[in-house]
Amino acid sequence: MKQLVILSGKGGTGKTSVVAALSRLAGRSVLADCDVDAADLHLVMSPEPGEPHEFSGRSQAVADPQRCTDCGLCVEHCRFSALSLDPLRVDGIACEGCGLCARICPEEALSMQPVVNGEWRVSQTSWGPLVHAALGIAEDNSGKLVTLVRAEARRVADEDGLDLILVDGSPGIGCPVIASLSGASMVLVVTEPTIAGRHDLGRVLGLVQHFHLPFAVCINKYDLNAEMAQEIEVGASEAGARFVARIRHDRAVTDAMVAGKSVIDRSREGAAADLIEMWTQLSDELQAVAMEAQGR
Amino acid sequence: MKIAVASGKGGTGKTTIAVSLALSLADQADVWLMDCDVEAPNAHLFLNPPLDKQTDAVIHIPQIDTEKCTLCGKCVEVCQFHALAKVGKSILVFPQLCHGCGSCTLNCPEKAIREIPNPIGLLEAGTTDSGIHFAHGMLTISEPMSTPIIRQLKQWEHPPQDAVIILDAPPGASCSVVETLHGVDFALLVTEPTPFGLHDLKQMVGIVEDMDIPAGIVINREDGSFPPLNDYCRENSLPVMLHIPYERRIAEGIARGDNLTEIHPKYLAALRKVFDDIKQIIHDQNQAAEKKV
Repeated sequence: MKQLVILSGKGGTGKTSVVAALSRLAGRSVLADCDVDAADLHLVMSPEPGEPHEFSGRSQAVADPQRCTDCGLCVEHCRFSALSLDPLRVDGIACEGCGLCARICPEEALSMQPVVNGEWRVSQTSWGPLVHAALGIAEDNSGKLVTLVRAEARRVADEDGLDLILVDGSPGIGCPVIASLSGASMVLVVTEPTIAGRHDLGRVLGLVQHFHLPFAVCINKYDLNAEMAQEIEVGASEAGARFVARIRHDRAVTDAMVAGKSVIDRSREGAAADLIEMWTQLSDELQAVAMEAQGR
Repeated sequence: MKIAVASGKGGTGKTTIAVSLALSLADQADVWLMDCDVEAPNAHLFLNPPLDKQTDAVIHIPQIDTEKCTLCGKCVEVCQFHALAKVGKSILVFPQLCHGCGSCTLNCPEKAIREIPNPIGLLEAGTTDSGIHFAHGMLTISEPMSTPIIRQLKQWEHPPQDAVIILDAPPGASCSVVETLHGVDFALLVTEPTPFGLHDLKQMVGIVEDMDIPAGIVINREDGSFPPLNDYCRENSLPVMLHIPYERRIAEGIARGDNLTEIHPKYLAALRKVFDDIKQIIHDQNQAAEKKV
């Protein structure tokens, strides 16, 4: 089974639009939206929504002010400034769920209780099953939810006999991104020819190289600054990218998204042509990577 | 006054707005800009500050004194983050899982644990030619936890009471965004007229309402093609404080590293007006709160 993870470092470079296009080109495959705190892939997949399942990634301290004698031991020891007295209160946003307060309280005025902090579902689309989740507002533990989404995607792929998982990742390089990389066959980084895009590409490539994963780079809206696109292309090749694709700036991509579709649904020209060409190269590389992995 | 610039969706123009707002106010106020997007910090690329002040961002992780440790396993039991494990005849520490809560230290019956600082990133600061006090955090590549760096960044320097502090938030809607928004007086939410922009804006509005922070909207790349965004703002009484049109030369300017006031001088006045409007909203809200009391 092949798992292609799409990342970007900088947000808003076009990860989700690229994933939507690939889903149309790759044949039936499993889609996993691992950008759980801003999950947008379903907006361009017209899914038949599946049953929601609750996700509980952590516990949180719950106060019983009746038992509290205001001794202040918990407040003194909490490193996250999550507790206050008179009456005893837990700041649910600051609490990291370490359980120290519940252990230390001599009056048993604090206890740990699991928090439901998201939900996930397997929905059906014309291009294959979509595993997606929604993290509760302001919730922690996106890494755990990403791991769950990824595991479900593998289970669904096994069940349905599908050979490819397309993973839409988070921006950045932190916990949810690291969680989305486990089990990856290859990473496609979507960047843009801007100073911010170039800077963050360097950071995400650093992460991908840290995990010794094969990667390709695609420069979205490359004609916004052809000179910088050229520099990025050279830099990415030197860093070991298996190939670098260019996608032109095309209003049709946004227009398709506004209509809840992918540009591939509507056109074979412009950015759509570039995406089709990229998929040809990408599917060859994925095949090669899978063969190499089998060889080992 | 603390103003956070946030968005939910990435790439809507948070950093562009934060930097341009800071520059437009630099003549008239003591301006501080803190880039809290520690996974992908970019504001320094637009401001070019000298980053002459540096310090490590750390989490305090346990170190086991093997002389004193009796392998009782209490530390492993109390750790909610699985950052400690008993393997054979030793206790292993996994620094990347440790939240630095101190439970193990406190619960060790042999006092065999002391805490040592484990660097997970870097804080850097410096003052630009235009007088903006700049600071950002930079998560070390392969480290997972960004929130403690944001917390330390916000506590690192001590701007005076009358300073204008602008916080450039990370994308998303989880703990790192909440950490950035904690304690701010106003949230400026930057969005774009697309289904993705609107979907993620709704999540941000949920957060600021939850945290009781007044908010205003900036619509970037406006071209009139997606009315649901304007409808949503109107129906939810969210003031749209600035429209930036969809223009290729703005995109090209930002790509090069220019800010809005360099691309078109009219944004100098427009952003000062945004700031005046923010002050007015905060003032009105304070008065309304006083009346209630």
